[in-house]
Amino acid sequence: MALLLEAYQYLLENQSDFWHAVNTHLLLSFLALGIGVVICVPLGIYLAKTNRGSMVILNAVNIGRIIPSLAVLALAMPYIGVGFGPSLLALSLLVCPPILINTVTAFRELDKSVIEAAYGMGMDHRRVLRTVEIPLALPVIITGIKTAAVEVIASAALAAFIGGGGLGEYILNGIALAQTSLLLVGAIPIAILALLAEVIFGGIEKWTTPPLV
Amino acid sequence: MKYLLTHLDKVGQLFWEHLYLVTISLLIALCIAVPVALCVSRYRKTYTPVIGGLGVIYTIPSLALFALLIPFLGLGTKSAITALVAYSQMTLVRNIVTAIRGIDPAIIEAAKGMGMNGWQILRKIVLPLALPVVVAGVRIATVSMIGIAAIAAYINAGGLGELIFEGIYSDHSGKIVSGTIAVAFLAILSDLLFRLLEKRLKLNV
Repeated sequence: MALLLEAYQYLLENQSDFWHAVNTHLLLSFLALGIGVVICVPLGIYLAKTNRGSMVILNAVNIGRIIPSLAVLALAMPYIGVGFGPSLLALSLLVCPPILINTVTAFRELDKSVIEAAYGMGMDHRRVLRTVEIPLALPVIITGIKTAAVEVIASAALAAFIGGGGLGEYILNGIALAQTSLLLVGAIPIAILALLAEVIFGGIEKWTTPPLV
Repeated sequence: MKYLLTHLDKVGQLFWEHLYLVTISLLIALCIAVPVALCVSRYRKTYTPVIGGLGVIYTIPSLALFALLIPFLGLGTKSAITALVAYSQMTLVRNIVTAIRGIDPAIIEAAKGMGMNGWQILRKIVLPLALPVVVAGVRIATVSMIGIAAIAAYINAGGLGELIFEGIYSDHSGKIVSGTIAVAFLAILSDLLFRLLEKRLKLNV
């Protein structure tokens, strides 16, 4: 309890630093997530619709999912350097597997007869995609984005190791200075952000799920 | 790459340290997860609160969880193993419960009809049918544990993460690359081995 108070005291005294760290953390996470969505959702739709080469890419992505996030972030350092940019690039890579895998799965598992019916009603490709396939696939895609969002907030904490900033820095400083209250200044907000991401994207997931399906 | 070849003994030692940390954590995790899952699958009402609670722990980022444990358990393997065990509970409990629930009640009914007792049903019906799904859970838990254990090196728990952090702090790219290759290799290898085990177990049914 005393520790919590001490952490709170520190937070009050260093408010601008703290909010700057929160901003960096959120910016890293959201930008990476945005880049991931913009690249992986269209790519996933394309892969689900073509069979050529898609198995190779999906297998590669599955292996990418297994590689620890610290390994990906650390590898950024010798090749592209330290700081915000390299962290963002590494985080964007980490975001891709869950989004891509879920998008492909969502489109592959659509009910073929529904799509057949849409074409039978005289819709063209684009209209089927927009009014039938995407709305039906959306909940599964959102689940992928949710997984990615929670993971990227966790990985953004590791970005502090390669000078990317964010809330992870408080934890690193706390360990380096053996100051336990500093640990909490980093750890509690990171945990809250991750839980918030889970709850918010969980809400969107429910909201986009069509009733009675 | 050159570093990896010239320092094979050091990398190898850290590799075993990493594997040891993950294995110990996995064993402790299973000792907790199996009884919890058995209870949860028997008393169905407990499923939502138990999985929800474990889900909250699972959502907390690993570096943050380590940081939250340090004030109580200090730096070192104690905090690391506790965090690894706590993380894997969600995956393990959920998969074991799914495995048990996935067994067709008609099969158990038939086994009873053939005169099997409770022990025989557990050994000859439930275990072989549930095992592939349980192993899938163990595989996912192990792979994520290997990744989190790499971060645990920062709190003095040893393992391959040590090499990565040494590399980051001394700007030694050879160490970073060797550490990441070794840890990725360990993760991919365990994924592969558990997948093979899963296939074998499915064939045996």
